[in-house]
Amino acid sequence: MELDELYTDLILEYSQSNTHRKPLIRPNYKMRGVNPSCGDNIELELNVENGMIKEVGLLGNGCAISQASAAMMAELIEGKTVEEAKQFAKTFIGMIQKTVTDEEALEVLEEARAFQNISNMPARVKCAVLSWHTLEEALEKEE
Amino acid sequence: MIDFSKDFPLLQTTDEMGRRLAYLDNAATTQKPFAVLDAEADYYKNKNANPHRGAYDLSMKATQVLESVREKTKRWLHVPEDGEVIFTKNATESLNLVAYSYAMNAVSAGDEIVLAVSEHHSNLVPWQNVAKAKGAVLTYLYLNEEGRVTKEEAQQKITTKTKLVAIAQVSNVTGYVNPVEDIIEMAHKVQAVVVVDGTQGAPHLFVDLGKLEADFYAFSGHKMLAPMGIGVLYGKKKLLEQMPPFLYGGDMIEYVEEQTTTFAPVPQKFEAGTQNMGSIAGFGAAIDYIEKIGMNQIRSIEDELTAYLIEKLKGVPHLTIVGSDSLENRIGVVPFVIEGVHPHDVVTIVNKDLIAIRSGNHCAQPLHNFLKVPATCRASVYLYNSKDEIDRLAESLKGVRRWLGYGA
Repeated sequence: MELDELYTDLILEYSQSNTHRKPLIRPNYKMRGVNPSCGDNIELELNVENGMIKEVGLLGNGCAISQASAAMMAELIEGKTVEEAKQFAKTFIGMIQKTVTDEEALEVLEEARAFQNISNMPARVKCAVLSWHTLEEALEKEE
Repeated sequence: MIDFSKDFPLLQTTDEMGRRLAYLDNAATTQKPFAVLDAEADYYKNKNANPHRGAYDLSMKATQVLESVREKTKRWLHVPEDGEVIFTKNATESLNLVAYSYAMNAVSAGDEIVLAVSEHHSNLVPWQNVAKAKGAVLTYLYLNEEGRVTKEEAQQKITTKTKLVAIAQVSNVTGYVNPVEDIIEMAHKVQAVVVVDGTQGAPHLFVDLGKLEADFYAFSGHKMLAPMGIGVLYGKKKLLEQMPPFLYGGDMIEYVEEQTTTFAPVPQKFEAGTQNMGSIAGFGAAIDYIEKIGMNQIRSIEDELTAYLIEKLKGVPHLTIVGSDSLENRIGVVPFVIEGVHPHDVVTIVNKDLIAIRSGNHCAQPLHNFLKVPATCRASVYLYNSKDEIDRLAESLKGVRRWLGYGA
């Protein structure tokens, strides 16, 4: 994978996005995700009401890849149900692991499809999946 | 400068564009010269049997390799009469051996364990574990504005309550040489035992354990040209003799009865099971290689490269060296950040130019919290690096911000 496929305008734009970069006032789901070797550190906060994700807050810091992936995820899951969010996480991780390859199945991921080829850059896979694993953990913990 | 890279096969390989790797991550591990690789292969081709076991010639040959490398290590480190060298897997195992066999028995509730906030996790987490188990207190030496451990800070923190001091000879993040001689003197005045993590010291500095008077000294072979899987623990015999074994099993015993066992004397007491003989043979060859060049020459090569590296990094716009750019009391490990670009992205981008540097927190999260940076980039040199490689790094770093969408 070439660098210009990695640092695309889309990924750079999302990596700088401040839309969800705020602490929520009373989050009922909270989870921290870290990649200890590279220092990526994400704090995910969710406000869930009646099974619906009303609001997403993202704190922490990390590389452009981890930040862009987290911002795309936040945009995607806000306003969706917990069940849908879980399905998105499964699909995203499946896309990275190449177990989900069907383009139609991937369409639900919208902008996050930008990371489809990240597995060609193994050193950066952890960055791209960090927020999605954190989301899965957050939603599982509350069950 | 003599080009030692020709002795290192990995550094001679080229990619499809004919470029060679600029390997500048020597604080993580070093490349291996032919002499080390040959010694390892020679052991398995010509000398392989289980040492200390058989009475036949081949087993004696293997024993001879083990014991001659031990003697060589002692000579190289100027180990005094009352000290001994134990082979382990790496510095981490050496430090855990001290934590479990010494500290777990010597440290009690209310005692203080003093360590620097800049310690590598391997010289921090084991002591945290001891403190938790024994109800002891961890006391940190904090750093001055340059990021250095100072004598004054040590003087403040080392008290009559101090039972053990754990300190790196050289920080793996900042490259600063710590005032270990002073710290040892202060600690011994209050009867505290000192564990020195020599992982970044032994490969780069002249070490005289007779003069240093550390109670324990640990390091890994793989950061000084030897294969992975061989580490050293030096300890004072009077401490080692009173410590219980760390691992129990074969080769560390005297008499084994159904209910009781008596243990072999030091060092065998701490070398349970079959040792990593190929790596031990390679480690012996690494010492020979280093001794042949001489620590003085290695120091002067590294000092020249370090000065050049710092000068070149200072010429990269938007780059900040973390800590200080002082050349005093430091080795060739230089941490830095580039404004607006996460270190992990920096590493990915310079990697396209076949340059290997490290990013992250370098197994020192408490230090990064203290410095208030989430992560850093780190370039580290060794005797086979060249100014040309540093030029390539600086050029590549100048282009980093463009990839992230900045003007320059």
